[in-house]
Amino acid sequence: MNRDAYEAVIGLEVHTHLLTRSKLFCGCSTTFGAGPNENVCPVCMGMPGVLPVLNRRAVELAIRTGLAAHCAIAPYSIFDRKSYFYPDLPKGYQITQYETPICKGGYIDLPATENGEPRRIRLTRIHLEEDAGKNIHGENYSLVDFNRSGVPLIEIVSEPDLRSAEDAGAYLRQLRAILRYVDASDGKMEEGSFRCDCNVSVRQRGAKEYSVRTEIKNLNSFRFVEDAIEYEVGRQIAIVEEGGKVAQETHLWDPARKQTRPMRSKEYANDYRYFPEPDLPPLIVPAEMEEKVRESMPELPADRKARYVRELELTEYEAGVLIADRDVADYFEATLPGIRNRKSAANWVMTEVLRVARDSGESFVDAVPPAPEVGALLRMVEEQKISLNAAKTAFAAMVKSGKGAEATIAELGLAQVSDESAIAAACDKVLAAEPEKVAEYRAGRDKLFGFFVGAVMKAMGGKANPKVINDILRAKLAA
Amino acid sequence: MASELNKLTIAEASSKLRAREITATQLTRACLDRIAAAEPTLHAFITVCEQEALAQARAADARLGAGNAPALCGIPLGIKDIYATRGIRTTCASRILETFVPPFDATVIERLRADGAIFVGKTNMDEFAMGSSTENSAFGPTLNPHDTSRVAGGSSGGSAAAVAAHECLGSLGTDTGGSIREPASFCGVVGIKPTYSRVSRYGVVAYASSLDQVGPFARSVRDAAIILRTLAGKDARDSTCSARPVPDYERALTGDVKGLRIGVPREFFVEGMQPEVEQSVRSALQHYESLGAATVEISLPHTGYAIAAYYLVATAEASANLARYDGIRFGLRVNAEDNIALYETTRAHGFGAEVKRRIMLGTFALSAGYYDAYYLKAQKVRTLIRIDFERAFEKCDLIVTPVAPTTAFKIGEKMDDPLTMYLSDIFTISVNLAGLPGMSIPCGHDSANLPIGMQLIAPPFAEETILRAGDAFERTGAFKPRRAAV
Repeated sequence: MNRDAYEAVIGLEVHTHLLTRSKLFCGCSTTFGAGPNENVCPVCMGMPGVLPVLNRRAVELAIRTGLAAHCAIAPYSIFDRKSYFYPDLPKGYQITQYETPICKGGYIDLPATENGEPRRIRLTRIHLEEDAGKNIHGENYSLVDFNRSGVPLIEIVSEPDLRSAEDAGAYLRQLRAILRYVDASDGKMEEGSFRCDCNVSVRQRGAKEYSVRTEIKNLNSFRFVEDAIEYEVGRQIAIVEEGGKVAQETHLWDPARKQTRPMRSKEYANDYRYFPEPDLPPLIVPAEMEEKVRESMPELPADRKARYVRELELTEYEAGVLIADRDVADYFEATLPGIRNRKSAANWVMTEVLRVARDSGESFVDAVPPAPEVGALLRMVEEQKISLNAAKTAFAAMVKSGKGAEATIAELGLAQVSDESAIAAACDKVLAAEPEKVAEYRAGRDKLFGFFVGAVMKAMGGKANPKVINDILRAKLAA
Repeated sequence: MASELNKLTIAEASSKLRAREITATQLTRACLDRIAAAEPTLHAFITVCEQEALAQARAADARLGAGNAPALCGIPLGIKDIYATRGIRTTCASRILETFVPPFDATVIERLRADGAIFVGKTNMDEFAMGSSTENSAFGPTLNPHDTSRVAGGSSGGSAAAVAAHECLGSLGTDTGGSIREPASFCGVVGIKPTYSRVSRYGVVAYASSLDQVGPFARSVRDAAIILRTLAGKDARDSTCSARPVPDYERALTGDVKGLRIGVPREFFVEGMQPEVEQSVRSALQHYESLGAATVEISLPHTGYAIAAYYLVATAEASANLARYDGIRFGLRVNAEDNIALYETTRAHGFGAEVKRRIMLGTFALSAGYYDAYYLKAQKVRTLIRIDFERAFEKCDLIVTPVAPTTAFKIGEKMDDPLTMYLSDIFTISVNLAGLPGMSIPCGHDSANLPIGMQLIAPPFAEETILRAGDAFERTGAFKPRRAAV
C-alpha cells in the first residue's frame, strides 16, 4: 500500500470546560474532585419547574477564546435544546447552541516544524453548552454523579484543514496554549475537561473533493487523538486500496487494542430534535461588551513569541519553546529582572527548569523553585559571585530543599572568591613551589599557563574567580 | 358566624384580621372544615395540608398581632399541584410524580410565604396542565360546584372549584392556553392570566415554557389584584421574567371606565356558540357603554390558526419539558432490563393518555425533516397573531370576548374526542400565543344556572386596564353571581 498517494482530511471538535467558579446555569461549584453529587442543586439535577440562568463569566470566557482565535463574535445568538435520553442527562436535553454559535469563523496558526511550513487552520465555530453528569457502572447496577452536570463547556469546531495525526497534535497543543493564555480552560485531560471528536477521511493526494468520513468520538488525550487518526487513516486507505468504500460511521477508540470500532447505530443514531430554548432569552453581546473583553485580553502566544525574538533577541526556536506553556513563559519573564544576558536565562529555563518539571510529574508551577530565586542565582553568575557549575549544584539543592538562592550558596559554600590578595598569595605559593615550570613557561612553553591556573584553583578549593586568577598569574609570570 | 368566615373575600378577611376581629387560625379552620365537608363530593384538592396550614396560621396570627402585616397575611389559599412546595408533595396530577416531594419552593410560593399566606392544600388539575376539564387528573376529576354532573374546567379546575366552593379565599393556577380563564368561567370566579413574563415561572412544573404563566383565582377582581401584586415582579432565577416595576394594582380599581375603548373581535362570535354565552357578553358590553365606555368592532384575522399553532408549539416544548421524567432521579421508576426499557416502562406506566398524545405530537413536530413545516411555521403564525393584536390595540384599549364557547360541559362528554375538547380553548389560546394579559370574570348564567365568563384582554403589561374594567363591571352590579350549589 502506498500511503504517500493519499492524504488525510481531518477536522476536530474539541470540548473543553471553562474555568468558571460556578456552573453554566446555576450557582453550583465546578470544583473537580468533590464527593459524588455534592455539587448539585435542583437546577442541575433537572428537577420539575427549575429554570436556567446564564453564567456571565462563561460568556466572557467564550468571547475571550473567540477573540484569541480571531473569530467573529455574534452580537445575537440563541440557545437550543438538544434532546436525547441518557441517565447522565438530567433534563433529557442538553442546552447548547445549534444554528447560532457565539463565535463564528476564526483560525489558529500552527508554527513551522522540521517537516513543514507554518499553517493556518480555519475554525468553523465556537459555541457554549452544558456538560452532562457521569455514569458509573457496577457489576449489576449503575450510579450517576451529577457534579459535572451543567459545568460550562465550549465546543471548538475546526474546518477539515488538518492533514495528518501530527497536524492534529500540533493543532491541539496550540489550541490548549491559547485556552490557557486567556484563562478559559486549564486543558486538563485527566479530569475530563478537554475532550475531542475527530472527523477523518482520506483522498488521493491532490484531489479537491472530500470523501466519506468517519467520526471518532470522545478521545480524551492528545496521544489517543494522534493514535486514533493514525489507525483510522491506515484503515481507510486499506479499504480504498482494496477497491472498497469507507462507510459513514461513528467509531470509538479502544486505547488498549489501539484500534477503532464502529458504534452500534443505536448508540449514536439520534434525532436530536433541536429547537430554541424557551427558558433563556437571546444572548446579546453588545459592542461595548466585546470591546471590554478585548481590552482585558492578555498577550497571546504568537505575540509573545514575536516579542521574545524582537526584544529579547531569542531565536524562533527558543521563543517557541518558552511560550508554548503560559506558565513557563510567565516563569521565564519573572527570572529576568536585573539579568543582562536574557539568552542565558532562556537557556536555563529551557534546560534546567523544564527538566525538573518533566521529571517531577507535578504541575510546572508546583515542581520548580520560585522564578525570582532562579533569577537571583543567574544574577550571581553574571556578577561572577558563583561559577556556572556552582549554580547548577545550587539549583539542584534548591529543588530539594525549597530554600532560596542566597541561603543555598552560603550553606554549600559555593561563593566564588574574587579577593585579589588571597588569590595573589595562592599564586605566589604555586609559582614558588614550581621554579622549573616557571622557567620553562618563560622560555616559551605557553601551554603551562593552564597548569598554573589549575594549581591555583585547587589551592583555593575550586572557589576562586578564574578570571582573577588569569589576570594575576599573567602579571606575575610576565614580571 | 365562624362557619361563614370562609365566605369572606380576601379584602374583607384581611381587614378583619388586621383589626383582630378574627384570627388566621379561625379563618383557616373554617376553610379546613369546609374542605372536609365538600371534598368527598368535589375533589378540588389532591393534597390537603391541614397541619402545615394550621402552623402557618399560628405564625400569621403572631405576625398580625405585632401589626403591619402584609395584605395576604393569614389568608388561606389553594395552590395548584403544579407548584413546587418545599416538603409538600407536588404531583402535577400524574402517577409519575405521585410521591415527589420537592426540596425547594417555587418563587411565587416563597413570596406568598413571605407575606404570611396560608396554604390549605394542593389543588387538582389536568395531568401536567394538559386538558380543559381536569378529567385528565390521574387522581380523578374535580366536579363543578354549580352542578356536580359537570366539569370544573381545566387545567386549573381544582383551584377554580375550591374558590367557588369557599374551600379557600383565593388560589393559584397556571394558564398555558386558557387553563385559568376557562375554569374560572365554568366555576363563576375571577381568574387572571398575566402578561407572559410578568410573574416568575421558577418552580412551576413546565408544560409549554413559552406559554405558561402563573395567575390567581379569587371571588372578586380586587382579591385577584391583591394576590397578583404579591406574585408579580422580577426574579433572578427566571431569565424570562420581566424587571418592569409592579404597580399597586388595587389603585387601578377606580370604577371609572369613561372613555375606555373596548374592542369586540368579530372572529370571536362564531357560529355554534351557545347563544346564552353570546347574549351575556353582548349585554355586558352594553353595560360598559352605559358606564361611558365605547365599543368598537375589530378584527383578529389569524384567530382561526391559533389552535393549530398552539398544539404544535405547546406540544413541541412539552415533549422536551417532560423528558426529565425518566425514572432516574425522582418520581416513579418501573425497573427493566436496561435503561432504554426502564424509560419506556416508567413512562408507559407513569403518564396518562393525553400526556402521551401530546408528547408524541411534539416529538413528531420537532423531528428531522418536519421542523420547518410544523414548529417553525407555527412560530410564524404566532407572530402573525401577535401582530393582529398589536394592530387591534391601535383602535382600542381593551378587548372583550367570551371565555369559552359554552358553559361547563358534562363529565365524560368530550373525553373520547380530544379535538372537540381542544376547541374549549378557542377564545383563550391566542392570548397565550401573543403573550398578553387576560382575565375571566363572571358575566351571566345560562338557563341551567351555570356561570358564563367574559374575557378581558389588554396589551402587554396593561393588567391595570383589565382590572379596572373588571372591577367597574363587578361593582356597578350589572350582574350578581350566584353562589355555588355545593
